[in-house]
Amino acid sequence: MSFPRVRRPWRLAAEAAAVLTAAVVAFPLYWMVLSAVKPAGEVQSEDPRPWTSQPSLDAFRRVFGQQDFARYFLNSLLVAGTVVMVSAVVAFLAATAVTRFRFRFRTTLLVMFLVAQMVPVEALTIPLFFLLRDAGQTVPGIGLNTLGSLILPHIAFSLPFAIWMLRGFVRAVPEALEEAAYLDGAGRSRFLWQILFPLVFPGLVATSVFSFISTWNDFLFAKSFIVSATENSTLPMALLVFFKDEGNDWGGIMAASTVMTVPVLVFFVLVQRRLVSGLGGAVKD
Amino acid sequence: MRTHSRWTPWLYLAPALVLIGGLLVYPVYELGLISFLEYTQAQVSGGRPTSFQGFGNYAALFGDPQFRDVLVTTVLFAAACVLSTLAVGCALAVLLTRVRALPRLALMAAALGAWATPAVTGSTVWLFLFDPDFGPVDKALTGIGLSGFEGYAWTYDRYSAFALVLLEVVWCSFPFVMVTVYAGIRAVPRAVLEAAALDGASQWRIWRGVTAPMLRPILVVVTIQSVIWDFKVFTQIYVMTNGGGIAGQNLTLNVYAYQKAFASSQYSLGSAIGVVMLLILLAVTLGYLRLLRRQGEEI
Repeated sequence: MSFPRVRRPWRLAAEAAAVLTAAVVAFPLYWMVLSAVKPAGEVQSEDPRPWTSQPSLDAFRRVFGQQDFARYFLNSLLVAGTVVMVSAVVAFLAATAVTRFRFRFRTTLLVMFLVAQMVPVEALTIPLFFLLRDAGQTVPGIGLNTLGSLILPHIAFSLPFAIWMLRGFVRAVPEALEEAAYLDGAGRSRFLWQILFPLVFPGLVATSVFSFISTWNDFLFAKSFIVSATENSTLPMALLVFFKDEGNDWGGIMAASTVMTVPVLVFFVLVQRRLVSGLGGAVKD
Repeated sequence: MRTHSRWTPWLYLAPALVLIGGLLVYPVYELGLISFLEYTQAQVSGGRPTSFQGFGNYAALFGDPQFRDVLVTTVLFAAACVLSTLAVGCALAVLLTRVRALPRLALMAAALGAWATPAVTGSTVWLFLFDPDFGPVDKALTGIGLSGFEGYAWTYDRYSAFALVLLEVVWCSFPFVMVTVYAGIRAVPRAVLEAAALDGASQWRIWRGVTAPMLRPILVVVTIQSVIWDFKVFTQIYVMTNGGGIAGQNLTLNVYAYQKAFASSQYSLGSAIGVVMLLILLAVTLGYLRLLRRQGEEI
Protein backbone atom coordinates (compact mmCIF):
# COMPACT_ATOMS: atom_id res chain seq x y z
CA MET A 1 0.00 0.00 0.00
CA SER A 2 1.65 3.23 -1.03
CA PHE A 3 0.29 6.48 0.22
CA PRO A 4 0.08 8.80 -2.76
CA ARG A 5 -0.16 11.87 -0.60
CA VAL A 6 3.08 11.40 1.37
CA ARG A 7 5.16 14.42 0.45
CA ARG A 8 8.73 14.10 -0.65
CA PRO A 9 10.64 15.58 2.32
CA TRP A 10 8.58 13.45 4.67
CA ARG A 11 9.27 10.36 2.69
CA LEU A 12 12.99 11.08 2.69
CA ALA A 13 12.90 11.59 6.45
CA ALA A 14 11.00 8.32 6.86
CA GLU A 15 13.53 6.51 4.68
CA ALA A 16 16.44 7.94 6.63
CA ALA A 17 14.77 6.79 9.85
CA ALA A 18 14.21 3.31 8.39
CA VAL A 19 17.82 2.92 7.31
CA LEU A 20 19.11 4.24 10.64
CA THR A 21 16.85 1.82 12.54
CA ALA A 22 18.02 -1.04 10.35
CA ALA A 23 21.63 -0.17 11.19
CA VAL A 24 20.89 -0.06 14.94
CA VAL A 25 18.98 -3.37 14.80
CA ALA A 26 21.72 -5.06 12.80
CA PHE A 27 24.54 -3.67 14.93
CA PRO A 28 24.58 -6.41 17.61
CA LEU A 29 24.88 -9.10 14.93
CA TYR A 30 27.58 -7.11 13.15
CA TRP A 31 29.47 -6.71 16.41
CA MET A 32 29.17 -10.42 17.14
CA VAL A 33 30.69 -11.46 13.79
CA LEU A 34 33.29 -8.67 13.99
CA SER A 35 34.42 -9.72 17.46
CA ALA A 36 34.59 -13.32 16.32
CA VAL A 37 37.11 -12.48 13.58
CA LYS A 38 39.11 -9.89 15.51
CA PRO A 39 42.48 -11.00 16.86
CA ALA A 40 42.37 -11.63 20.61
CA GLY A 41 44.17 -8.42 21.52
CA GLU A 42 41.58 -6.29 19.77
CA VAL A 43 38.57 -7.99 21.36
CA GLN A 44 39.75 -7.53 24.92
CA SER A 45 40.75 -3.96 24.24
CA GLU A 46 40.01 -0.82 26.24
CA ASP A 47 39.42 0.95 22.94
CA PRO A 48 36.92 -1.09 20.93
CA ARG A 49 36.87 -0.12 17.25
CA PRO A 50 34.04 -0.95 14.84
CA TRP A 51 36.41 -2.52 12.29
CA THR A 52 39.47 -4.72 12.22
CA SER A 53 42.55 -4.54 10.06
CA GLN A 54 43.72 -8.10 10.71
CA PRO A 55 40.80 -10.52 10.55
CA SER A 56 41.71 -13.92 11.95
CA LEU A 57 40.00 -17.23 12.50
CA ASP A 58 41.84 -17.85 15.78
CA ALA A 59 38.71 -17.63 17.89
CA PHE A 60 36.95 -20.22 15.73
CA ARG A 61 39.98 -22.51 15.95
CA ARG A 62 39.97 -22.09 19.71
CA VAL A 63 36.26 -22.90 19.86
CA PHE A 64 36.45 -26.02 17.75
CA GLY A 65 39.75 -27.13 19.26
CA GLN A 66 39.32 -26.49 22.94
CA GLN A 67 35.90 -28.00 23.50
CA ASP A 68 33.99 -30.85 21.96
CA PHE A 69 32.28 -28.11 20.05
CA ALA A 70 31.80 -29.93 16.75
CA ARG A 71 30.07 -32.71 18.62
CA TYR A 72 27.73 -30.29 20.40
CA PHE A 73 26.94 -28.72 17.05
CA LEU A 74 26.01 -32.10 15.56
CA ASN A 75 23.94 -32.93 18.65
CA SER A 76 21.98 -29.70 18.23
CA LEU A 77 21.50 -30.38 14.55
CA LEU A 78 20.36 -33.96 15.20
CA VAL A 79 17.88 -32.94 17.92
CA ALA A 80 16.41 -30.03 15.93
CA GLY A 81 16.28 -32.05 12.68
CA THR A 82 14.46 -34.98 14.29
CA VAL A 83 11.99 -32.69 16.04
CA VAL A 84 11.22 -30.82 12.81
CA MET A 85 10.59 -33.96 10.76
CA VAL A 86 8.59 -35.93 13.30
CA SER A 87 6.45 -33.02 14.42
CA ALA A 88 5.74 -32.02 10.81
CA VAL A 89 4.33 -35.45 9.96
CA VAL A 90 2.40 -35.83 13.21
CA ALA A 91 1.00 -32.30 13.00
CA PHE A 92 0.01 -32.82 9.36
CA LEU A 93 -2.05 -35.90 10.28
CA ALA A 94 -3.70 -34.16 13.21
CA ALA A 95 -4.43 -30.99 11.21
CA THR A 96 -6.04 -33.12 8.49
CA ALA A 97 -8.22 -34.82 11.09
CA VAL A 98 -9.52 -31.56 12.57
CA THR A 99 -10.14 -29.81 9.23
CA ARG A 100 -11.36 -32.59 6.91
CA PHE A 101 -13.60 -34.44 9.34
CA ARG A 102 -16.53 -33.55 11.55
CA PHE A 103 -16.59 -35.59 14.72
CA ARG A 104 -17.54 -35.31 18.36
CA PHE A 105 -15.15 -33.34 20.58
CA ARG A 106 -13.62 -31.64 17.55
CA THR A 107 -14.09 -28.13 18.98
CA THR A 108 -12.98 -29.32 22.41
CA LEU A 109 -9.76 -30.61 20.89
CA LEU A 110 -9.14 -27.35 19.05
CA VAL A 111 -9.58 -25.33 22.22
CA MET A 112 -7.24 -27.77 23.95
CA PHE A 113 -4.57 -27.24 21.28
CA LEU A 114 -4.92 -23.49 21.76
CA VAL A 115 -4.72 -23.68 25.54
CA ALA A 116 -1.77 -26.09 25.32
CA GLN A 117 0.22 -23.43 23.50
CA MET A 118 -0.02 -21.20 26.53
CA VAL A 119 1.33 -23.75 29.00
CA PRO A 120 4.63 -22.39 30.28
CA VAL A 121 7.01 -25.08 29.12
CA GLU A 122 9.52 -23.93 31.68
CA ALA A 123 7.19 -24.79 34.55
CA LEU A 124 7.02 -28.39 33.32
CA THR A 125 10.76 -28.89 33.64
CA ILE A 126 10.33 -30.34 37.14
CA PRO A 127 7.74 -33.07 36.36
CA LEU A 128 9.44 -33.84 33.03
CA PHE A 129 12.72 -34.33 34.84
CA PHE A 130 11.20 -37.06 37.00
CA LEU A 131 9.18 -38.51 34.13
CA LEU A 132 12.29 -38.88 31.95
CA ARG A 133 14.30 -40.27 34.83
CA ASP A 134 11.71 -43.00 35.38
CA ALA A 135 11.19 -43.62 31.66
CA GLY A 136 14.92 -44.07 31.19
CA GLN A 137 14.83 -47.11 33.43
CA THR A 138 12.55 -49.00 31.06
CA VAL A 139 13.40 -47.41 27.70
CA PRO A 140 17.12 -46.53 27.70
CA GLY A 141 17.00 -44.12 24.72
CA ILE A 142 14.77 -41.49 26.29
CA GLY A 143 16.07 -41.20 29.85
CA LEU A 144 17.98 -38.29 31.33
CA ASN A 145 21.36 -37.57 29.74
CA THR A 146 20.25 -38.85 26.32
CA LEU A 147 19.39 -36.87 23.21
CA GLY A 148 15.98 -38.55 23.30
CA SER A 149 15.21 -36.64 26.50
CA LEU A 150 15.53 -33.42 24.50
CA ILE A 151 13.81 -34.66 21.33
CA LEU A 152 10.59 -36.06 22.83
CA PRO A 153 9.50 -33.06 24.92
CA HIS A 154 10.28 -30.66 22.08
CA ILE A 155 8.12 -32.67 19.66
CA ALA A 156 5.24 -32.60 22.12
CA PHE A 157 5.57 -28.87 22.79
CA SER A 158 5.83 -27.88 19.14
CA LEU A 159 2.71 -29.85 18.14
CA PRO A 160 -0.15 -27.64 19.42
CA PHE A 161 1.11 -24.56 17.57
CA ALA A 162 2.02 -26.56 14.45
CA ILE A 163 -1.45 -28.13 14.28
CA TRP A 164 -3.10 -24.76 14.88
CA MET A 165 -1.09 -23.14 12.12
CA LEU A 166 -1.39 -25.99 9.60
CA ARG A 167 -5.18 -25.97 9.72
CA GLY A 168 -5.32 -22.99 7.40
CA PHE A 169 -3.11 -24.70 4.83
CA VAL A 170 -5.05 -27.97 4.88
CA ARG A 171 -8.36 -26.13 4.63
CA ALA A 172 -7.11 -24.22 1.57
CA VAL A 173 -6.96 -27.46 -0.45
CA PRO A 174 -10.38 -27.70 -2.16
CA GLU A 175 -12.73 -30.49 -1.14
CA ALA A 176 -13.46 -31.10 -4.81
CA LEU A 177 -9.92 -32.32 -5.25
CA GLU A 178 -10.51 -34.97 -2.62
CA GLU A 179 -13.72 -36.11 -4.29
CA ALA A 180 -11.98 -36.26 -7.67
CA ALA A 181 -9.16 -38.35 -6.23
CA TYR A 182 -11.56 -40.87 -4.76
CA LEU A 183 -13.53 -41.03 -8.01
CA ASP A 184 -10.27 -41.79 -9.79
CA GLY A 185 -9.83 -44.70 -7.46
CA ALA A 186 -7.27 -43.35 -5.05
CA GLY A 187 -7.46 -44.77 -1.54
CA ARG A 188 -7.46 -42.70 1.59
CA SER A 189 -3.78 -43.07 2.34
CA ARG A 190 -2.85 -42.45 -1.29
CA PHE A 191 -4.80 -39.17 -1.22
CA LEU A 192 -3.24 -38.25 2.09
CA TRP A 193 0.41 -38.77 1.21
CA GLN A 194 0.57 -38.24 -2.55
CA ILE A 195 -1.92 -35.41 -3.03
CA LEU A 196 -2.59 -33.58 0.22
CA PHE A 197 0.92 -33.76 1.68
CA PRO A 198 2.71 -32.12 -1.29
CA LEU A 199 0.04 -29.41 -1.46
CA VAL A 200 0.40 -28.58 2.23
CA PHE A 201 4.20 -28.75 2.12
CA PRO A 202 4.78 -24.96 1.98
CA GLY A 203 2.74 -24.66 5.14
CA LEU A 204 4.81 -27.40 6.74
CA VAL A 205 7.96 -25.45 5.96
CA ALA A 206 6.56 -22.30 7.58
CA THR A 207 5.52 -24.29 10.63
CA SER A 208 8.81 -26.09 10.89
CA VAL A 209 10.64 -22.78 11.33
CA PHE A 210 9.03 -22.44 14.72
CA SER A 211 9.77 -25.96 15.89
CA PHE A 212 13.34 -25.71 14.58
CA ILE A 213 14.00 -22.42 16.33
CA SER A 214 12.44 -23.32 19.65
CA THR A 215 14.43 -26.57 19.70
CA TRP A 216 17.71 -25.12 18.46
CA ASN A 217 17.48 -22.24 20.94
CA ASP A 218 16.42 -24.30 23.90
CA PHE A 219 18.52 -23.63 26.92
CA LEU A 220 16.47 -24.80 29.88
CA PHE A 221 15.89 -28.45 28.89
CA ALA A 222 19.46 -28.77 27.64
CA LYS A 223 20.65 -27.51 30.99
CA SER A 224 18.29 -29.58 33.14
CA PHE A 225 18.03 -32.95 31.38
CA ILE A 226 21.64 -33.48 30.33
CA VAL A 227 22.86 -33.77 33.88
CA SER A 228 26.25 -35.40 33.58
CA ALA A 229 26.70 -36.85 30.08
CA THR A 230 28.47 -33.86 28.52
CA GLU A 231 28.98 -35.80 25.28
CA ASN A 232 25.23 -35.29 24.77
CA SER A 233 25.26 -31.54 25.46
CA THR A 234 23.91 -29.14 22.88
CA LEU A 235 25.27 -25.78 21.74
CA PRO A 236 23.79 -23.43 24.39
CA MET A 237 25.61 -25.29 27.13
CA ALA A 238 28.85 -25.34 25.16
CA LEU A 239 28.65 -21.57 24.83
CA LEU A 240 28.58 -20.97 28.56
CA VAL A 241 31.88 -22.80 28.98
CA PHE A 242 33.65 -19.68 27.74
CA PHE A 243 32.30 -17.61 30.64
CA LYS A 244 34.98 -17.91 33.26
CA ASP A 245 35.41 -16.46 36.72
CA GLU A 246 38.90 -15.21 35.92
CA GLY A 247 37.64 -13.26 32.90
CA ASN A 248 35.40 -14.18 29.99
CA ASP A 249 36.92 -15.27 26.71
CA TRP A 250 34.81 -12.85 24.68
CA GLY A 251 36.41 -13.77 21.37
CA GLY A 252 35.51 -17.42 21.97
CA ILE A 253 31.99 -16.53 23.13
CA MET A 254 31.38 -14.42 20.05
CA ALA A 255 32.78 -17.08 17.70
CA ALA A 256 30.64 -19.77 19.33
CA SER A 257 27.61 -17.46 19.19
CA THR A 258 28.24 -16.90 15.49
CA VAL A 259 28.40 -20.64 14.86
CA MET A 260 25.13 -21.07 16.73
CA THR A 261 23.34 -18.17 15.03
CA VAL A 262 24.31 -18.81 11.40
CA PRO A 263 22.26 -22.01 10.82
CA VAL A 264 19.13 -20.26 12.08
CA LEU A 265 19.82 -17.24 9.88
CA VAL A 266 20.28 -19.47 6.84
CA PHE A 267 17.09 -21.34 7.65
CA PHE A 268 15.24 -18.04 8.06
CA VAL A 269 16.44 -16.59 4.80
CA LEU A 270 15.43 -19.76 2.97
CA VAL A 271 11.89 -19.75 4.24
CA GLN A 272 11.19 -16.09 5.02
CA ARG A 273 8.73 -15.60 2.17
CA ARG A 274 6.68 -18.58 3.25
CA LEU A 275 7.05 -17.52 6.85
CA VAL A 276 5.42 -14.14 6.29
CA SER A 277 2.57 -15.53 4.20
CA GLY A 278 2.16 -18.44 6.59
CA LEU A 279 1.92 -16.06 9.52
CA GLY A 280 -0.63 -14.00 7.66
CA GLY A 281 -2.71 -17.13 7.20
CA ALA A 282 -2.40 -18.14 10.83
CA VAL A 283 -3.34 -14.69 12.02
CA LYS A 284 -6.37 -14.38 9.79
CA ASP A 285 -7.75 -17.72 10.92
CA MET B 1 -15.36 -46.13 -2.51
CA ARG B 2 -15.01 -43.66 0.32
CA THR B 3 -14.97 -45.55 3.55
CA HIS B 4 -16.03 -42.96 6.04
CA SER B 5 -15.13 -44.76 9.19
CA ARG B 6 -15.96 -43.06 12.46
CA TRP B 7 -12.49 -43.86 13.66
CA THR B 8 -10.42 -42.40 10.83
CA PRO B 9 -9.99 -38.92 12.37
CA TRP B 10 -8.97 -40.48 15.68
CA LEU B 11 -6.45 -42.65 13.86
CA TYR B 12 -4.91 -39.50 12.37
CA LEU B 13 -4.98 -37.79 15.72
CA ALA B 14 -3.54 -40.69 17.68
CA PRO B 15 0.21 -39.89 17.44
CA ALA B 16 -0.36 -36.24 18.32
CA LEU B 17 -2.65 -37.07 21.21
CA VAL B 18 -0.28 -39.68 22.62
CA LEU B 19 2.68 -37.27 22.51
CA ILE B 20 0.77 -34.29 23.87
CA GLY B 21 -0.97 -36.43 26.47
CA GLY B 22 2.20 -38.07 27.71
CA LEU B 23 4.60 -35.15 27.64
CA LEU B 24 2.35 -32.15 28.17
CA VAL B 25 -0.94 -33.02 29.83
CA TYR B 26 0.44 -35.65 32.18
CA PRO B 27 3.35 -33.43 33.33
CA VAL B 28 0.83 -30.65 34.07
CA TYR B 29 -1.01 -33.12 36.31
CA GLU B 30 2.29 -34.17 37.91
CA LEU B 31 3.22 -30.54 38.44
CA GLY B 32 -0.02 -29.96 40.32
CA LEU B 33 0.48 -33.15 42.31
CA ILE B 34 4.06 -32.36 43.37
CA SER B 35 2.99 -28.88 44.44
CA PHE B 36 0.77 -30.48 47.10
CA LEU B 37 3.45 -32.84 48.41
CA GLU B 38 6.56 -32.50 50.47
CA TYR B 39 9.13 -33.28 47.82
CA THR B 40 12.79 -32.53 48.47
CA GLN B 41 16.05 -34.40 47.97
CA ALA B 42 15.14 -36.81 50.77
CA GLN B 43 11.95 -37.92 49.02
CA VAL B 44 13.54 -38.03 45.57
CA SER B 45 16.24 -40.41 46.70
CA GLY B 46 13.67 -42.51 48.56
CA GLY B 47 15.16 -41.76 51.97
CA ARG B 48 11.90 -40.46 53.35
CA PRO B 49 8.29 -41.09 52.30
CA THR B 50 6.42 -38.32 50.52
CA SER B 51 3.71 -36.70 52.54
CA PHE B 52 0.67 -34.74 51.51
CA GLN B 53 0.89 -31.09 52.44
CA GLY B 54 -2.42 -29.71 51.18
CA PHE B 55 -1.97 -26.04 50.46
CA GLY B 56 1.04 -25.92 52.78
CA ASN B 57 3.52 -25.17 49.98
CA TYR B 58 1.32 -22.37 48.66
CA ALA B 59 0.94 -20.93 52.15
CA ALA B 60 4.73 -21.02 52.55
CA LEU B 61 5.14 -19.39 49.16
CA PHE B 62 2.74 -16.51 49.69
CA GLY B 63 4.08 -16.01 53.20
CA ASP B 64 7.55 -15.49 51.74
CA PRO B 65 8.23 -11.80 51.03
CA GLN B 66 10.80 -12.74 48.38
CA PHE B 67 8.19 -14.66 46.39
CA ARG B 68 5.72 -11.76 46.55
CA ASP B 69 8.47 -9.43 45.41
CA VAL B 70 9.42 -11.73 42.51
CA LEU B 71 5.76 -12.06 41.49
CA VAL B 72 5.25 -8.28 41.34
CA THR B 73 8.60 -7.82 39.58
CA THR B 74 7.69 -10.42 36.96
CA VAL B 75 4.35 -8.76 36.19
CA LEU B 76 5.91 -5.30 35.95
CA PHE B 77 8.86 -6.49 33.88
CA ALA B 78 6.60 -8.41 31.48
CA ALA B 79 4.32 -5.38 31.16
CA ALA B 80 7.27 -3.12 30.37
CA CYS B 81 8.54 -5.61 27.77
CA VAL B 82 5.12 -6.00 26.13
CA LEU B 83 4.47 -2.26 25.93
CA SER B 84 7.93 -1.48 24.54
CA THR B 85 7.77 -4.34 22.03
CA LEU B 86 4.33 -3.30 20.78
CA ALA B 87 5.26 0.38 20.57
CA VAL B 88 8.47 -0.29 18.63
CA GLY B 89 6.91 -2.98 16.43
CA CYS B 90 3.82 -0.96 15.47
CA ALA B 91 5.77 2.26 14.89
CA LEU B 92 8.19 0.48 12.58
CA ALA B 93 5.34 -1.31 10.76
CA VAL B 94 3.79 2.07 9.96
CA LEU B 95 7.21 3.38 8.95
CA LEU B 96 7.59 0.44 6.56
CA THR B 97 4.44 1.50 4.69
CA ARG B 98 5.86 4.99 4.08
CA VAL B 99 9.18 4.09 2.46
CA ARG B 100 10.32 2.73 -0.89
CA ALA B 101 11.46 -0.81 -1.49
CA LEU B 102 15.16 -0.49 -0.67
CA PRO B 103 14.96 1.01 2.84
CA ARG B 104 12.09 -1.37 3.53
CA LEU B 105 14.22 -4.32 2.53
CA ALA B 106 17.07 -3.10 4.76
CA LEU B 107 14.83 -2.80 7.80
CA MET B 108 13.10 -6.12 7.10
CA ALA B 109 16.42 -7.92 6.72
CA ALA B 110 17.82 -6.45 9.93
CA ALA B 111 14.63 -7.33 11.81
CA LEU B 112 14.63 -10.91 10.49
CA GLY B 113 18.24 -11.22 11.66
CA ALA B 114 17.30 -10.13 15.16
CA TRP B 115 14.27 -12.43 15.12
CA ALA B 116 16.31 -15.43 14.08
CA THR B 117 19.01 -14.91 16.70
CA PRO B 118 18.77 -17.56 19.43
CA ALA B 119 18.00 -16.18 22.89
CA VAL B 120 21.28 -17.51 24.26
CA THR B 121 23.49 -15.85 21.66
CA GLY B 122 21.40 -12.67 21.71
CA SER B 123 22.01 -12.52 25.45
CA THR B 124 25.76 -13.07 25.16
CA VAL B 125 26.08 -10.44 22.43
CA TRP B 126 24.12 -7.78 24.31
CA LEU B 127 26.10 -8.58 27.43
CA PHE B 128 29.28 -8.01 25.47
CA LEU B 129 27.99 -4.77 23.93
CA PHE B 130 27.37 -3.40 27.43
CA ASP B 131 30.50 -4.89 28.99
CA PRO B 132 32.11 -2.34 31.34
CA ASP B 133 35.66 -3.08 30.17
CA PHE B 134 35.48 -4.02 26.50
CA GLY B 135 31.98 -3.08 25.34
CA PRO B 136 31.40 -0.32 22.78
CA VAL B 137 28.27 1.11 24.41
CA ASP B 138 29.87 2.46 27.58
CA LYS B 139 32.69 3.87 25.46
CA ALA B 140 30.25 5.54 23.09
CA LEU B 141 28.19 7.00 25.94
CA THR B 142 31.35 8.32 27.59
CA GLY B 143 32.43 9.64 24.21
CA ILE B 144 29.37 11.85 23.84
CA GLY B 145 30.01 13.41 27.24
CA LEU B 146 28.09 11.16 29.63
CA SER B 147 31.12 10.50 31.81
CA GLY B 148 29.01 8.65 34.38
CA PHE B 149 28.98 5.65 32.04
CA GLU B 150 32.76 5.19 32.04
CA GLY B 151 33.25 1.56 33.01
CA TYR B 152 29.61 1.37 34.16
CA ALA B 153 28.66 -2.19 35.12
CA TRP B 154 25.07 -2.57 33.93
CA THR B 155 24.42 -5.87 35.65
CA TYR B 156 25.36 -4.66 39.15
CA ASP B 157 22.39 -2.38 39.62
CA ARG B 158 18.96 -3.98 39.74
CA TYR B 159 17.22 -1.53 37.43
CA SER B 160 19.98 -1.14 34.87
CA ALA B 161 20.25 -4.94 34.69
CA PHE B 162 16.53 -5.19 34.04
CA ALA B 163 16.83 -2.41 31.46
CA LEU B 164 19.58 -4.34 29.68
CA VAL B 165 17.48 -7.52 29.58
CA LEU B 166 14.50 -5.48 28.40
CA LEU B 167 16.52 -4.07 25.51
CA GLU B 168 17.51 -7.55 24.41
CA VAL B 169 13.96 -8.87 24.74
CA VAL B 170 12.54 -5.97 22.70
CA TRP B 171 15.30 -6.40 20.12
CA CYS B 172 14.48 -10.05 19.49
CA SER B 173 10.69 -9.84 19.78
CA PHE B 174 9.68 -6.61 18.01
CA PRO B 175 10.25 -8.18 14.52
CA PHE B 176 7.31 -10.57 15.00
CA VAL B 177 5.04 -7.62 15.84
CA MET B 178 6.43 -5.49 13.03
CA VAL B 179 6.10 -8.14 10.31
CA THR B 180 2.63 -9.21 11.40
CA VAL B 181 1.22 -5.69 11.75
CA TYR B 182 2.83 -4.66 8.46
CA ALA B 183 1.18 -7.64 6.73
CA GLY B 184 -2.08 -6.56 8.34
CA ILE B 185 -1.80 -2.98 7.07
CA ARG B 186 -0.97 -4.25 3.61
CA ALA B 187 -4.06 -6.44 3.66
CA VAL B 188 -6.35 -3.41 3.97
CA PRO B 189 -7.91 -3.12 0.49
CA ARG B 190 -6.55 -0.19 -1.43
CA ALA B 191 -9.91 0.69 -2.91
CA VAL B 192 -11.31 1.36 0.56
CA LEU B 193 -8.47 3.73 1.38
CA GLU B 194 -8.79 5.56 -1.91
CA ALA B 195 -12.53 5.90 -1.49
CA ALA B 196 -12.00 7.39 1.95
CA ALA B 197 -9.37 9.77 0.57
CA LEU B 198 -11.71 10.82 -2.26
CA ASP B 199 -14.40 11.57 0.29
CA GLY B 200 -11.97 14.06 1.78
CA ALA B 201 -10.98 12.12 4.90
CA SER B 202 -7.66 13.16 6.44
CA GLN B 203 -4.83 10.67 6.94
CA TRP B 204 -5.61 10.55 10.66
CA ARG B 205 -9.30 10.01 10.02
CA ILE B 206 -8.51 7.17 7.58
CA TRP B 207 -6.30 5.58 10.21
CA ARG B 208 -8.90 5.91 12.96
CA GLY B 209 -11.91 4.99 10.85
CA VAL B 210 -10.58 2.35 8.45
CA THR B 211 -7.14 0.95 9.14
CA ALA B 212 -7.22 0.65 12.93
CA PRO B 213 -10.53 -1.28 13.14
CA MET B 214 -9.32 -3.70 10.47
CA LEU B 215 -6.08 -4.21 12.39
CA ARG B 216 -7.72 -4.90 15.72
CA PRO B 217 -7.79 -8.74 15.45
CA ILE B 218 -4.11 -8.76 14.52
CA LEU B 219 -3.24 -6.44 17.38
CA VAL B 220 -5.05 -8.75 19.78
CA VAL B 221 -3.01 -11.70 18.53
CA VAL B 222 0.37 -9.99 18.78
CA THR B 223 -0.45 -8.54 22.20
CA ILE B 224 -1.44 -11.91 23.64
CA GLN B 225 1.59 -13.61 22.09
CA SER B 226 3.85 -10.95 23.55
CA VAL B 227 2.30 -11.27 27.00
CA ILE B 228 2.82 -15.01 26.93
CA TRP B 229 6.42 -14.81 25.70
CA ASP B 230 7.53 -11.97 27.93
CA PHE B 231 5.96 -13.43 31.03
CA LYS B 232 8.04 -16.57 30.53
CA VAL B 233 11.43 -14.96 29.81
CA PHE B 234 14.03 -17.35 31.18
CA THR B 235 17.15 -17.57 29.06
CA GLN B 236 17.86 -13.85 28.89
CA ILE B 237 17.56 -13.37 32.64
CA TYR B 238 19.53 -16.52 33.37
CA VAL B 239 22.41 -15.77 31.01
CA MET B 240 22.62 -11.98 31.33
CA THR B 241 22.24 -11.70 35.10
CA ASN B 242 24.01 -14.99 35.77
CA GLY B 243 21.05 -16.90 37.21
CA GLY B 244 18.97 -14.09 38.67
CA GLY B 245 21.34 -11.27 39.51
CA ILE B 246 23.29 -10.36 42.62
CA ALA B 247 21.45 -11.72 45.67
CA GLY B 248 18.56 -12.64 43.40
CA GLN B 249 17.71 -9.02 42.58
CA ASN B 250 16.76 -9.87 38.97
CA LEU B 251 14.73 -13.02 39.60
CA THR B 252 11.54 -13.58 37.64
CA LEU B 253 9.05 -16.38 38.36
CA ASN B 254 10.54 -18.79 35.85
CA VAL B 255 14.11 -18.42 37.05
CA TYR B 256 12.95 -18.44 40.66
CA ALA B 257 11.09 -21.74 40.16
CA TYR B 258 14.16 -23.23 38.47
CA GLN B 259 16.49 -22.12 41.26
CA LYS B 260 14.14 -23.40 43.96
CA ALA B 261 13.81 -26.80 42.28
CA PHE B 262 17.20 -27.54 40.79
CA ALA B 263 19.58 -25.44 42.86
CA SER B 264 18.04 -25.99 46.31
CA SER B 265 16.14 -29.25 45.61
CA GLN B 266 12.84 -27.83 46.83
CA TYR B 267 10.89 -29.45 44.04
CA SER B 268 7.49 -28.92 45.64
CA LEU B 269 8.02 -25.17 46.06
CA GLY B 270 9.29 -24.93 42.48
CA SER B 271 6.20 -26.78 41.29
CA ALA B 272 3.91 -24.49 43.27
CA ILE B 273 5.52 -21.48 41.55
CA GLY B 274 4.96 -23.26 38.23
CA VAL B 275 1.27 -23.72 39.05
CA VAL B 276 0.93 -20.02 39.88
CA MET B 277 2.46 -19.14 36.49
CA LEU B 278 0.22 -21.65 34.74
CA LEU B 279 -2.89 -20.13 36.31
CA ILE B 280 -1.89 -16.58 35.39
CA LEU B 281 -1.26 -17.57 31.75
CA LEU B 282 -4.48 -19.60 31.69
CA ALA B 283 -6.40 -16.48 32.73
CA VAL B 284 -4.74 -14.54 29.90
CA THR B 285 -5.65 -17.31 27.43
CA LEU B 286 -9.27 -17.42 28.50
CA GLY B 287 -9.47 -13.66 28.08
CA TYR B 288 -8.03 -14.13 24.58
CA LEU B 289 -10.63 -16.77 23.70
CA ARG B 290 -13.43 -14.48 24.91
CA LEU B 291 -12.08 -11.63 22.79
CA LEU B 292 -11.94 -13.91 19.75
CA ARG B 293 -15.48 -15.06 20.35
CA ARG B 294 -16.75 -11.51 20.78
CA GLN B 295 -15.24 -10.66 17.41
CA GLY B 296 -17.32 -13.47 15.95
CA GLU B 297 -14.34 -15.59 14.93
CA GLU B 298 -15.04 -19.25 14.50
CA ILE B 299 -12.49 -21.84 15.52
